[in-house]
Amino acid sequence: MTIQEIAKTEEPAIEIITLTIDGFEVSVPKGTLVIRAAEKLGIQIPRFCDHPLLDPVGACRQCLVEIEINGRKFPKPQASCTIPVEPGMVVNTQLTSAVAQKAQEGVMELLLINHPLDCPVCDKGGECPLQNQAMSNGRGESRYEGKKRTFEKPINISSQVLLDRERCILCARCTRFSEQIAGDPFITLNERGALQQVGIYEKEPFQSYFSGNTVQICPVGALTGASYRFRARPFDLVSTPSACEHCASGCDLRTDVRRGKTLRRLAGDDPNVNEEWNCDKGRWAFKYAQFERITTPMIREESGELREASWPEALAHAANGLGMNRAAVLVGGRATLEDAYGYSKFARVALGTNDIDFRARNTSDEEREFLSSVVVGSNVTYRDIDKADQVLLAGFEPEEESPIVFLRILKQVRKRALPVIAIAPFTSRGNEKLKAKVIKNVGNEAADISSVALTAKSVILVGERLAEVPGALSAAKAVAEKSGAKLAWIPRRAGERGALEAGAIGNLLPGGRPLSDAKARVDIQTAWSTPMRSVQIPTEPGMSTPQILDALHKGEIDALLIGGVDPFDVSDDAIEGLRKAFVVSLEIRKSSMTEVADVILPVAAVIEKSGSFVDWQGSARSFDAAVTDSLQRSDLRILSMLADEMGKPINLPTVAKAANELASLKDWDGARAPFAPHASISLKQPTENQALLTSWRLLLDQGSLQSNEPNLAGTAHPSVVVISQDRAERLGVTNGDLIRVSNEHGSITLPAEIGDIDFRSVWIPRNSANSRPLVDLKKATHALVTVVKA
Amino acid sequence: MTKLTPVLSASWDQADSFTIEGYKRNGGYKAVAKALDMDPDAIIQMVKDSGLRGRGGAGFPTGMKWGFIPQGDNKEHYLVVNADESEPGTCKDTPLLLANPHVLVEGVIIASYAIRANHAFIYIRGEVTHVVRRVQQAIEDAYKAGLLGKNILGKGFDLELVLHVGAGAYICGEETALLDSLEGFRGQPRLRPPFPAIAGLYARPTVVNNVESIASVPSIIDKGAEWFASMGTEKSKGYTLYSLSGHVNNPGQFEAPLGITLRELIDLSGGIRTGHRLKFWTPGGSSTPMFTDEHLDVPLDYEGVAAAGSMLGTKALQIFDETTCVVRAVLRWTEFYKHESCGKCTPCREGTWWLVQALKNLENGEGTPADLDKLLDLCDNIMGRSFCALADGAASPIISSLKYFRQEYLDHLSNGGCPFDPHASTLFVSSEAGAR
Repeated sequence: MTIQEIAKTEEPAIEIITLTIDGFEVSVPKGTLVIRAAEKLGIQIPRFCDHPLLDPVGACRQCLVEIEINGRKFPKPQASCTIPVEPGMVVNTQLTSAVAQKAQEGVMELLLINHPLDCPVCDKGGECPLQNQAMSNGRGESRYEGKKRTFEKPINISSQVLLDRERCILCARCTRFSEQIAGDPFITLNERGALQQVGIYEKEPFQSYFSGNTVQICPVGALTGASYRFRARPFDLVSTPSACEHCASGCDLRTDVRRGKTLRRLAGDDPNVNEEWNCDKGRWAFKYAQFERITTPMIREESGELREASWPEALAHAANGLGMNRAAVLVGGRATLEDAYGYSKFARVALGTNDIDFRARNTSDEEREFLSSVVVGSNVTYRDIDKADQVLLAGFEPEEESPIVFLRILKQVRKRALPVIAIAPFTSRGNEKLKAKVIKNVGNEAADISSVALTAKSVILVGERLAEVPGALSAAKAVAEKSGAKLAWIPRRAGERGALEAGAIGNLLPGGRPLSDAKARVDIQTAWSTPMRSVQIPTEPGMSTPQILDALHKGEIDALLIGGVDPFDVSDDAIEGLRKAFVVSLEIRKSSMTEVADVILPVAAVIEKSGSFVDWQGSARSFDAAVTDSLQRSDLRILSMLADEMGKPINLPTVAKAANELASLKDWDGARAPFAPHASISLKQPTENQALLTSWRLLLDQGSLQSNEPNLAGTAHPSVVVISQDRAERLGVTNGDLIRVSNEHGSITLPAEIGDIDFRSVWIPRNSANSRPLVDLKKATHALVTVVKA
Repeated sequence: MTKLTPVLSASWDQADSFTIEGYKRNGGYKAVAKALDMDPDAIIQMVKDSGLRGRGGAGFPTGMKWGFIPQGDNKEHYLVVNADESEPGTCKDTPLLLANPHVLVEGVIIASYAIRANHAFIYIRGEVTHVVRRVQQAIEDAYKAGLLGKNILGKGFDLELVLHVGAGAYICGEETALLDSLEGFRGQPRLRPPFPAIAGLYARPTVVNNVESIASVPSIIDKGAEWFASMGTEKSKGYTLYSLSGHVNNPGQFEAPLGITLRELIDLSGGIRTGHRLKFWTPGGSSTPMFTDEHLDVPLDYEGVAAAGSMLGTKALQIFDETTCVVRAVLRWTEFYKHESCGKCTPCREGTWWLVQALKNLENGEGTPADLDKLLDLCDNIMGRSFCALADGAASPIISSLKYFRQEYLDHLSNGGCPFDPHASTLFVSSEAGAR
């Protein structure tokens, strides 16, 4: 059960009300519910349907107490979860009122008459609010001798959530969560009386990205996760607070491990970030670290065959290859802050280059300038969304690309009709739920952003995809400066913001220090130099990801250190360039890099190491290793050994050392890197059967961190081509008919879905089943494609 | 001897009482013309002065309810008529709507005008299709006659009246569940506050009134608040419909001033079934604690019945003579409540499930006298523990029957089953009855 900190209020002007509970006076803000005021005194009133983040419903009646106002007693015991405090209220809970005590025992007895009491085989046994409160607040024995209600069990309400109806106590937490928090009312209570039950709509399973939360808040074992069911007892698990590695939302998680194996992850409780929720990817995508692991270093023979090698041999081979050549570093967006700092320092110290980039995706120079001048060191927060008078989304689909940001905006939309404007090719389901006004004008994003009227209380959230439109980031910066609105950049991957802060990019040193600033370079040189060795930071700005790949093709770079990058995320041709170079790859498991790497150094997965992730707000969440007995080491440790082997030590043997060193550098207090606005360019307009391609990654797709999770994959949205009504009519197709999207490189064929889309465009998922435009079309967005009926 | 005061039922013996012509011939739709010339607040005051109290069971003063609607708030207001009559024994609104639907339509127009509502709804029980058809026809005829729609009677007042047919759930007679159902959701009681007067239908200020309450309004406008208040008792003013059913020779509707006694009503209805004597009765439907022959002279008004330990409720007087097994009757009622519990709250959902099993055992003579105390304790854990009054209604007949007929329960146990001949209580009882 959650005990919410209630004293924390945003607006100091809130009226404080004093009341008496069980003889103790307590003062709480007006509007506080009696049950919550009692928590403040440490008085736990038993409850099931009550949840501090859901609207009160008063259904389970477990929290009955006696209440008196101005000397007048309510004739009946009242549900303390539905009654707000009033001045002079006198509350007597089960601790001081025999009536309340009897009422609670009576309700508990009734709750249990139809409950199967199959605790010994129930997942919830050991952490079950019904079990616990039956012990603390119930009668010792039931007087019920009749027949229990039974149901067929269990039923799948989605591929990942199972429902045991006879265990359900009908508290409606799950249905209220789905409706009120996720905006996905796909489950509801059906039937009536004792036959009432949670159900799904006919032929419409529980396809919510947030469905796992219902399993977590279910106060009995009625909703269980298909992957965890019957796998462990809660008391056999070792729990470690964790940070989610899947996106930049920054969720607090808890990782539960038994005998070295992660069995489940739960949403942690951080009111400033994820409140008590997370998305299904964060909850159920962790088995990627349990299969196809690389556990031994490997070296590619002259013959082209990979063979296992010892660590000393592999490190020597890698050091030699990197040291002999002009080398660059690609970090990928999934490194922890400390690992990214290791890469950043390794590039400068061991390789003597600024050729490092964490952006393994479509990028631009405009974006790099934007990041180093606007984003690094900035601190727009979730609280700013709570207080915003308007939210502008550009190149950003919150539900797909940062689900907790989505929940936060949705909360304000529901609570106070927060206006949302989205610059997007079409009205996605997420935008529909946010009731967003969608400006659909592909190719014209920069002008559209400039045209939005904003105030100083507005918040602009731009996604990493905005970099794909020249001039759009410049427009966002300009409109923010003009209006005073807060501007935040929300990347998709968990490590990007941290890598930016760590200086894992060619024009920036750690702490947001512009490379071009001599004083900044001196700062870092001083910090990194040791009595044994003085460090010189190269002054020439480093290359960006596309430049590095291009240089590989041209042979201008002949060695590459790469960690956590799928080259297909960047371009289909990248792999050819990589074949020409000496590649050292730090990997957790086999990937497309395995085929081209010359040296493979196995590293630890997130759950096996400590570190921290910096979320989009710029705040870091540190975590310890959840699996403590792993033999794998963090990227940082490997980099440190490699640098030692090269004779150019980076002196970062541990995560703690890296964290301390990074902290001691402090943030740059000088001028930010300069930014010169970029112009937008006009796109070639499509002809009759052409369209402007648009795409983004769906939350659940073919991403490598979601592998080996069939239950999770079962709720991924099917791949479709979104076309306008107008185009559907021209092509003579209806929903579900196959459409072929093609260009000179290839084609993608998917079922059509008619949507509210810019009539000149089509949309396809960027990395889903049968839809990988970067591979098949060599383009992902804003490119002309031919669209025909297949 | 109290005299009957037929107002709503005055025309029921006329063949065309349900038509607009018949209604007009009997003086109908005169009050609405008068009301639309009045100040809306004056109408509210008049209804307050009349002392009219809600006829749906709770007896809340109707005029006061109307007065709760915030005025000048620039929001839509709604009037919702609760015609979801489903309580066992209650049968007043259905015959009223069958025989005289226009009196409700007229009342709706006046009430809507008073609370400044331009949309009104009648939520009617779905099972009574013949009544649905009559009310639908009445609404259609009222539209044709310019009594509904735009600019009613040329007085500048607009009103749309919608008849909504329920899907057959007792809980939808609870006003907030009714509103949920009307909005298209499952009918389950809503959390209060906010009360319907502040945020009712579609979260707008809403008055929910019983059919009989609204149907009483035209007569108050027509004949005056004083006329209305001259009938009844000190705090329970006016006339009302008493519905007698069960073991009386001439069951039916009896329109009389509030405060009449059952003794008088039984006389008016030709007495208890010939050859039998009164055993127990409900003053206002099965949810109200039962009475016995000790209570024949209790004045049947809100205060009188409450003072005797029950509730006036819907004035549905179900009469049972000595051939009826009280355990059997109570079990049947309890089965009804179990079937109709919406399932939202634990005490009602689980409690009625348990009560039925417990009563079945007792009816079959299984158990010990201690089980009666357990049953009472269970009722105590159900009564007053739920969200709405359905659970209270389920516990009431059990508690009251144990109060007056505990020995009869014990007789079931000592007899190893029901000591009564179930056929003896039927209307078609014959000399052969008795073979169990």
